[in-house]
Amino acid sequence: MKPPRFDYVAPKSLDEALTSLAQHGAGAKILAGGQSLIPLLNFRLSHPEILIDINRIADLAYVRVGDNDLAIGALTRQHAVERSDIVKARVPILTEACRFIGHAPIRHRGTIGGNLAHADPASELPAVMLALEAHLDVASKQATRSITADRFFTGPLITSLHPGEIVIGVRIPALPPRTGGAFVEMARRAGDYALVGVAALVTLDGSARCERVRIALCGVGPTPIRATAAEQALTGQVPTAATLDEAATRAAAATNPLSDVHGSAEFRKKLARHFARQAIATALERAEGSR
Amino acid sequence: MMATTTVPIALAVNGIRHELHVEPRWLLVDVIRETLGLTGTHIGCEHGVCGTCTVLINGETARSCLMLAVGADGANITTVEGLASGDTMHPLQTAFREAQGLQCGFCTPGMLMLAHELLRENPNPSDEEIREAISANLCRCTGYQGIIDAVRLAATSGAAPR
Repeated sequence: MKPPRFDYVAPKSLDEALTSLAQHGAGAKILAGGQSLIPLLNFRLSHPEILIDINRIADLAYVRVGDNDLAIGALTRQHAVERSDIVKARVPILTEACRFIGHAPIRHRGTIGGNLAHADPASELPAVMLALEAHLDVASKQATRSITADRFFTGPLITSLHPGEIVIGVRIPALPPRTGGAFVEMARRAGDYALVGVAALVTLDGSARCERVRIALCGVGPTPIRATAAEQALTGQVPTAATLDEAATRAAAATNPLSDVHGSAEFRKKLARHFARQAIATALERAEGSR
Repeated sequence: MMATTTVPIALAVNGIRHELHVEPRWLLVDVIRETLGLTGTHIGCEHGVCGTCTVLINGETARSCLMLAVGADGANITTVEGLASGDTMHPLQTAFREAQGLQCGFCTPGMLMLAHELLRENPNPSDEEIREAISANLCRCTGYQGIIDAVRLAATSGAAPR
């Protein structure tokens, strides 16, 4: 089908966009890369009165190194993040995860901010941002605030954004030295929605103990899931096959997958255990191989 | 009810500049096909799954059913019609014919645009890299093997994309 009729504005500045959004309230939709919104319009599942196209706001697209973080503008294309040497050097898990988002033609258009604001529970980046303890910066006409990833994703396609707010960027705290990360995913075909995806980050101390562990999963619950019990199974331990098994079991226990035509909930839990172990083991290897 | 208003845009399609008036809700693929009459770009699923509407936007592949024409204002667009020069097929098109990289031809324009970008970025792709690139699009006839053979043939016969 074709999109329903809507009014359209393409502001050149964030301030203009926020003014339009404040004027039109719930009748407005923000158009970023459009890779999720345009299908919804084509199916007429979304009927905005007005589309606010933010693609002309050039200063929302950047990758910037801060004192203690890496900042990525909301309008940065997923493909630009995937290809960024800065991202690869500082947050390689994000580079690795980007390759799993749809296909190259999708990543050329799709944006970081749009992906996070859409909050698809099967999507890779929300889980990665949860593991990275990223801050999402959001703005409205009245104010700017920062929301930590663990407070941002509240349900399937539901976030803690207020009406009138736009995601303007994400800030990823610098990773400690001797940190390794890995993102692994199982999908039925390249580019399909994840049956399960796992992001793992492990920081080792001087005596090869796990000092800091972050594990998050996508595709196995109504939101991305942080597996804190699995993290605790490893923290303070010199990792062994047994502790890895225990962490993977706890990661699977944290999931709440649904059964569908692609697999039963039980099957998905088994996948979650297998891929959690693989992600943790790979993250550990990479931590051992780093400074 | 909102008024039907049109917006002026400019598109450069296969090197030719067009100044058009479009409704904001019009998809880029429909403007390419209906307004410009370039029906080489096909439209299949209309929701970003099949990829037969793939074109190059400023040199990068994108699904033209997932873009509003108004959002493409100012863009350089290459469609499948932009591959051949006159009556001479592009080497990729020749390779698709030689290796039977098509049967019904419905997916072919999208596959050609994906292959064009792949060989530009990576002139000697492995079979796995070819498979990954074309996994973006669906083909219901060939079982994909003919398409993979065609892209490999184009690469080995030195069909460097123009």
